[in-house]
Amino acid sequence: MTMTDRNRTTTDKTMTPDEVVARLRSGMTVGIGGWGSRRKPMALVRALLRSDVTDLTVVSYGGPDVGLLAAAGKIRKLVAAFVTLDSIPLEPNFRAARQQGTVEMEEVDEAMFMWGLHAAANRLPFLPVRAGIGSDVMRVNPRLRTVTSPYEDGETFVAMPALRLDAALVHVNRADRHGNGQYLGPDPYFDDLFCEAADAAYVSCERLVDGFGSDVVPQSLLIKRYAVTGVVETPNGAHFTSCVPDHDRDEAFQKLYATTPWPEFAARFLPPGGDEKQYQSAVQAWHEEQK
Amino acid sequence: MTSPETGAEAGATTVSRAEYCVIACADAWRDDGEVLASPMGLIPSVGARLAKRTFSPDLLLTDGEATLIGLDGEAEGWLPYRQHLAMVSGGKRHVMMGASQLDRFGNQNISCIGDWARPDRQLLGVRGAPVNTLNNPVSYWVPRHSRRVFVEKVDMISGVGYDSAAAAGPSATRYHRLPRVVTNLAVLDFETPDHAMRLASVHPGVTVEEVREATGFRLALPRGGEVPFTREPTAEELRLIREVVDPKGTREREVPSV
Repeated sequence: MTMTDRNRTTTDKTMTPDEVVARLRSGMTVGIGGWGSRRKPMALVRALLRSDVTDLTVVSYGGPDVGLLAAAGKIRKLVAAFVTLDSIPLEPNFRAARQQGTVEMEEVDEAMFMWGLHAAANRLPFLPVRAGIGSDVMRVNPRLRTVTSPYEDGETFVAMPALRLDAALVHVNRADRHGNGQYLGPDPYFDDLFCEAADAAYVSCERLVDGFGSDVVPQSLLIKRYAVTGVVETPNGAHFTSCVPDHDRDEAFQKLYATTPWPEFAARFLPPGGDEKQYQSAVQAWHEEQK
Repeated sequence: MTSPETGAEAGATTVSRAEYCVIACADAWRDDGEVLASPMGLIPSVGARLAKRTFSPDLLLTDGEATLIGLDGEAEGWLPYRQHLAMVSGGKRHVMMGASQLDRFGNQNISCIGDWARPDRQLLGVRGAPVNTLNNPVSYWVPRHSRRVFVEKVDMISGVGYDSAAAAGPSATRYHRLPRVVTNLAVLDFETPDHAMRLASVHPGVTVEEVREATGFRLALPRGGEVPFTREPTAEELRLIREVVDPKGTREREVPSV
């Protein structure tokens, strides 16, 4: 089958970061894939930073995506088990937002978070999980209820509510125009679940491909097109988080991010009227200065 | 019981404080069988590798990412986060976590300091501490034993302690177990009738009074009141630590010798 034939039968879902953000609305619940400072859809996050969209509920295994959006005042509520930059344990902008009380938080445990995504992907209202009870997660998260096993054991579990998302943003190494996404690193994280838990999922990729070839390792084809609304090619789009094997985390730049006051960082790297190309050039210019 | 006067079995070389910590961490995984050793922190990592190399050869280790690796770094399995979480729930894991605060019954906090609604200091968040503590054995590593860490009551229960598990009922207590807490000063456990924290041993060079002074609540003592010293490494263990597992001596940076 030629490329033309394939395109005739399957929808081309390619779009730009701005086209993705144009489909988001203030007040939405947005899930962001990746983990900590790893494989975050940062180009899409940056497009979001430049938009008018605000008042978001962000659902994330948090990294700098959360820090940037919190610093820019885009987050009303955060659903998370942690926020970290990995090599820098604490995320400064997230910390500041919490300590100033500017971000509402719904704190859950890592496993509870995963089961919330599973529940949403399976169209269930909740899934039982042996986690949370006995901890202060139950005290600070009033949305959590418990459920009793209907079987002989009669045990009590947390009924983790579905984390249904209006939109999901994820980043992978390769994707085709139809929304099939491939990861080439060691860990899929939960990106396929984010897509399946969302009403609309947007997949950015390091490189857009016409197909995955006959020698593809099928297990690497993580994201299925039925769960994807839009595909965006964003080379270096996970910067400054890692997206191995395409690129490691930009540790020097991450350190700069973590030690620069937000207004100063934003003025240089995310100025009004800028775009992703401008961001990448500014990063390159900064690296040149460091030599 | 060993006393400092007898010195290390290893002979002439003095055992450093960091090396006692490594031994105390390694012993946490003794007799664990074929489970994942999840060390968080540098000295627990050295300890886990030492345990696997010596008395607990069946332990599974990861490369810190998604690969299960043998002692020489060769891959033997795939363990992405989603499977790691299943291993937690299945109980086939013994984690040694860090703690920003830890109380008398083993409640641990890594989420925030102060009122959760408006914290004085936001930390990581609860991470996997709630699921860990209800499902697989959880030990703790505290590189700087102080009253800031060992508090009467933690600000946000992330890891569940014995009293909290008991109050939450059978589903919480069923697989709950906190084997030990290792610090730069001592080894602590919960081997008391009410599971209150007990001073199990002090590292050679440390006094009981010193540990009490650095702890924000009253510690239980072993029956009879005599606190033993943390055991000495064997000559072979010491050689493995110094020449094979941590030849660059990174352990000495985490716990400097006094």
